[in-house]
Amino acid sequence: MLFKGVNMEVRAGSAVWLRGRNGRGKTSLLRLACGLSVPDSGTVLWGGVAVRRASGYAQRCVYIGHANALKEDLTVTESLRFLAHLHGRAHDGQSIDGALARVGMASRRDAPVRTLSQGQRRRAALARLALERRAALWILDEPYDALDVDGIACVNGLLHEHLARGGSVLLTSHLSPGAAAPEMSEFDLDPFA
Amino acid sequence: MLSAFTAIYARDLRLALRRRVEALLPVVFFIVAVSLFPLGVGPEPQTLRVIAAGVVWVCALLASMLSVANLYALDHSDGSLEQMLLSGHPGTVMAAAKAAAHWTITGAPLVLAAPVIGLLLDMSPQGLAVLVGTLLLGTPILSLLGGMGAALTLGLRSAGVLLILLILPLSIPALIFGAGAVGAVDSGISTSGHFSLLGALLIITSLVAPPATAVALRIALE
Repeated sequence: MLFKGVNMEVRAGSAVWLRGRNGRGKTSLLRLACGLSVPDSGTVLWGGVAVRRASGYAQRCVYIGHANALKEDLTVTESLRFLAHLHGRAHDGQSIDGALARVGMASRRDAPVRTLSQGQRRRAALARLALERRAALWILDEPYDALDVDGIACVNGLLHEHLARGGSVLLTSHLSPGAAAPEMSEFDLDPFA
Repeated sequence: MLSAFTAIYARDLRLALRRRVEALLPVVFFIVAVSLFPLGVGPEPQTLRVIAAGVVWVCALLASMLSVANLYALDHSDGSLEQMLLSGHPGTVMAAAKAAAHWTITGAPLVLAAPVIGLLLDMSPQGLAVLVGTLLLGTPILSLLGGMGAALTLGLRSAGVLLILLILPLSIPALIFGAGAVGAVDSGISTSGHFSLLGALLIITSLVAPPATAVALRIALE
């Protein structure tokens, strides 16, 4: 068992920074929150309903994990279009180009993913956030990982916009999100280990 | 749901086109393996004609298993599988799309190569036609079962060995009825029973394998 007795809430329009030492179960908690895993005991609720049974939760939750979910042999545009199509988001050329431009990847849109650096891969994965137009829950596992200063600023900009339209964010980061990050409440997982 | 099926199917075909050498490996294995039999058992047409259907079917089964181990492994390692399961579409749709793509990439080329291979083994025209028909019904069964096995062994050590141990026994009925149909036509017996049983196997596998695969994938990701 990684942790027990955890009781936390992510309200609409708020961001929570999940903290904890390595191996404390931050990623596991995020996977529980998005419905990939089920807890041994207890429940994860969305609007009062267990996330796996909550109607429309899949459409309202965006999960970006450690792995970028990009295919090495596809181009950046093809990879992003596939993910957008799969999740029922806008996947026309204009939307995809706009999202990639937003994360500074416009010049690499036709490049195969295998030719990208780690930071560029992370940007391409995070471009999914720029496609979002509705208030939803973003669950982000180390979103700042491998990003440079511009990339971090870009993510913070997306987070600000998302929170302003009433969205909510649950993220982990071993780095401080920085002064430009939106206001976040912190939740330390260490006492529950 | 159709949209998700199309997206996954089209993506897998595109990935196969980008890795043509890997995609062609099963059909190359199939052709090479069958071609070795005349060298091993001797070139007598009578002998080759007797063993032809069995040889082609066994090689098709093994060729199909070659590529199935990676059906979900790559999607699992790069995070795509998580995204597919979180998309809100039934996992059954995803499993069906992956199996359909696997058949298009692996099974269909085997069916297309079978007549040439059959000629090499001196099969009769009627036998060739029946062989192609049985492979057309049987290879989708192999893709569906292979997908289920790949999902059940996802993330396990020695997954390839376990996959073969799990799937080969389940594939034996298709092998028996597929090869048996050719033997029947060569003996002047009706093949309708063999085709009916292969069709029934395909229907049952189509109904059972995708939901079982979806459940296995959910468990593997937990």
